[in-house]
Amino acid sequence: MAKASAPKSSSKKSTSTRKKTSAPRKKAVATSSSRVPKLPAFKRYKANKAELLELYEQMLLIRRFEEKAGQLYGLGLIGGFCHLYIGQEAVAVGLQSALDEDKDSVITGYRDHGHMLAYGIDPKAIMAELTGRAAGISKGKGGSMHMFSVEHKFYGGHGIVGAQVSLGTGLGFAHKYREDGGVCMAYFGDGAANQGQVYESFNMAELWKLPMVFVIENNQYAMGTSVNRSSAEDQLYRRGESFRIPGIQVNGMDLLEVRGAAEMALKWVRSGKGPILMELKTYRYRGHSMSDPAKYRSREEVQSMREKSDAIEQAKNELIKMGMGEDELKAADKKIRKIVSEAADFAESSPEPDAPELYTDVLVETY
Amino acid sequence: MARMNMIQAINSALDNMMERDDNVVMMGEDIGYFGGVFRATAGLQEKYGKTRVFDTPISECGIIGAAVGMGAYGLRPVPEIQFADYIYPGIDQLISEAARLRYRSAGEFIAPMTVRSPFGGGIFGGQTHSQSPESMFTHVSGIKTVIPSTPYDAKGLLIASIEDNDPVIFFEPKRIYNGPFDGYYDKPVQPWSKHDAGEVPDDYYRIELGKANIVREGADLTVLAYGTMVHVALGVIKEHGIDAEVIDLRTLVPLDIETIEKSIEKTGRCLIVHEATRTSGFGAELSALVQERCFYHLEAPIERVTGFDTPYPHSLEWAYFPGPVRIGEALDKIMKD
Repeated sequence: MAKASAPKSSSKKSTSTRKKTSAPRKKAVATSSSRVPKLPAFKRYKANKAELLELYEQMLLIRRFEEKAGQLYGLGLIGGFCHLYIGQEAVAVGLQSALDEDKDSVITGYRDHGHMLAYGIDPKAIMAELTGRAAGISKGKGGSMHMFSVEHKFYGGHGIVGAQVSLGTGLGFAHKYREDGGVCMAYFGDGAANQGQVYESFNMAELWKLPMVFVIENNQYAMGTSVNRSSAEDQLYRRGESFRIPGIQVNGMDLLEVRGAAEMALKWVRSGKGPILMELKTYRYRGHSMSDPAKYRSREEVQSMREKSDAIEQAKNELIKMGMGEDELKAADKKIRKIVSEAADFAESSPEPDAPELYTDVLVETY
Repeated sequence: MARMNMIQAINSALDNMMERDDNVVMMGEDIGYFGGVFRATAGLQEKYGKTRVFDTPISECGIIGAAVGMGAYGLRPVPEIQFADYIYPGIDQLISEAARLRYRSAGEFIAPMTVRSPFGGGIFGGQTHSQSPESMFTHVSGIKTVIPSTPYDAKGLLIASIEDNDPVIFFEPKRIYNGPFDGYYDKPVQPWSKHDAGEVPDDYYRIELGKANIVREGADLTVLAYGTMVHVALGVIKEHGIDAEVIDLRTLVPLDIETIEKSIEKTGRCLIVHEATRTSGFGAELSALVQERCFYHLEAPIERVTGFDTPYPHSLEWAYFPGPVRIGEALDKIMKD
């Protein structure tokens, strides 16, 4: 990177903390960001009351579902690994509510429960997958990290950090090849942003102008390693610049901000301009998985995020400002609790898969 | 002497080697500040500093590639791959670089490095946190594959691996980190503190690579196993009251074929047990070797009990896992022949 010029943000909404240097700027030197297309500004989405209530309920569903999953884990009904989405709800809901479910595809990593719920996938089938039951969305054979729904164009659910980004690039290619007007939204985390194949994917996606929205859910910690301890360029929205992929940094704790950014990004991508990279600054309240010593951050930090930045509380306050009554909010809460409790009952009482299922779906042919 | 579980024994081996040799450095995802996902490196960054025990980005190919370069320059890197299931992005570096550097430079460059990685199932980890990919590495000339089955062995073998001048894949059976799991998943596991092999010296010691361990002497049958399956096999033998000889291979490459041969010449029967899938699993190699070398001593066909040829399942894990029932059936069959 040319050091002569100050790093240029590709978004006015950037919350970059880097200081601009006052080094003199030579006209002849091309800066890395100058060859990256400029993105239009975006506005916070204006939702009406009914719309906001719907999105609020989706976030609440994710929150309550994940709390219940945590409880079932504690009871031994869910085993192995379980990565909760609590705190990050505004990202999946804000982004996916802007997608066209008939055309667009979504792919993500292992922290996938929220993305499925945001896509309207049956909570019963998700919870039953977590408990490893035959009625689970992957017949109990996938588990928490490996869930799919072709019907909803949800392509997983992947346990290998970063691997889904290349797969998403393939989905983007298929959308373009088929000329079906669809866009692939490929999520990955701040940790996955350091995997090599992410950059191979960036290159191909821009080279072939694929309809892709790359989404970095930057929850600040790759397991126990903070972004600035693992990333030379910690402003992750800039990671596409050397491939000429424009990036944007968005407050992922603000539902309508996320939705507004998504609208802009999708318009950009649908117009055939190629991929875009969105960095959503978010925060997970719980540990990385179920056993997490939580040494890497202070309790105060977590508490402060919960108190000051919680997306669900924020949306609730906006609803109240719009004139939503206490009764209506309570009714919404009750409705969500019922859905979650039914999902948990279903997941506890459904039978486990039969033993012969072990050998099905290995290859297309039986053998 | 102290009582240690396998994690503590590995930690102790790393501690000894860091102390003895400045060339030893450790790297991996969350191994430093966090102390490792299974706590195997806990406290070592505090003791030896961030230059020698450091966190890496999530970049397995880069981690292993960098370790090859460090090794070629004279260091002894001990990279950790957090789960064996994550090793595949680094396979190009392991096979084409680490394993082949010595050969293609006619011995001028070597890559002394020990890739530590928790492996194996039994923890409900689903397909990306449970695999046993050892035979992918035993198939590659130029790399050694080590799998301990006790805290005592883990420490001695890890020290020998780090001191070895060849690249070593050191797979840690994570199901037996805390105790010798016998395959009865619905019963609590006896902790290592109540087991003789949980007695581990604090000081440096080596267990030479390529030396199998006869964990139980017997006359009727030879069981070949490694890692978790050693303990599962021992449990089943006890239940069935068979006078079997159990050989813990400890290292798959180099393999202690002499010990295996001697045992089968004595018993005339051979059972091979591993968690990995059957087809092209390491058991196939063992079976071929026994057949080639001990054919005239065999009194029954060689039996294999392995994982099924399926991806590692989430649900139905205990159907996949070669547990006491399947091993028991194989034992009965082989003893009848």
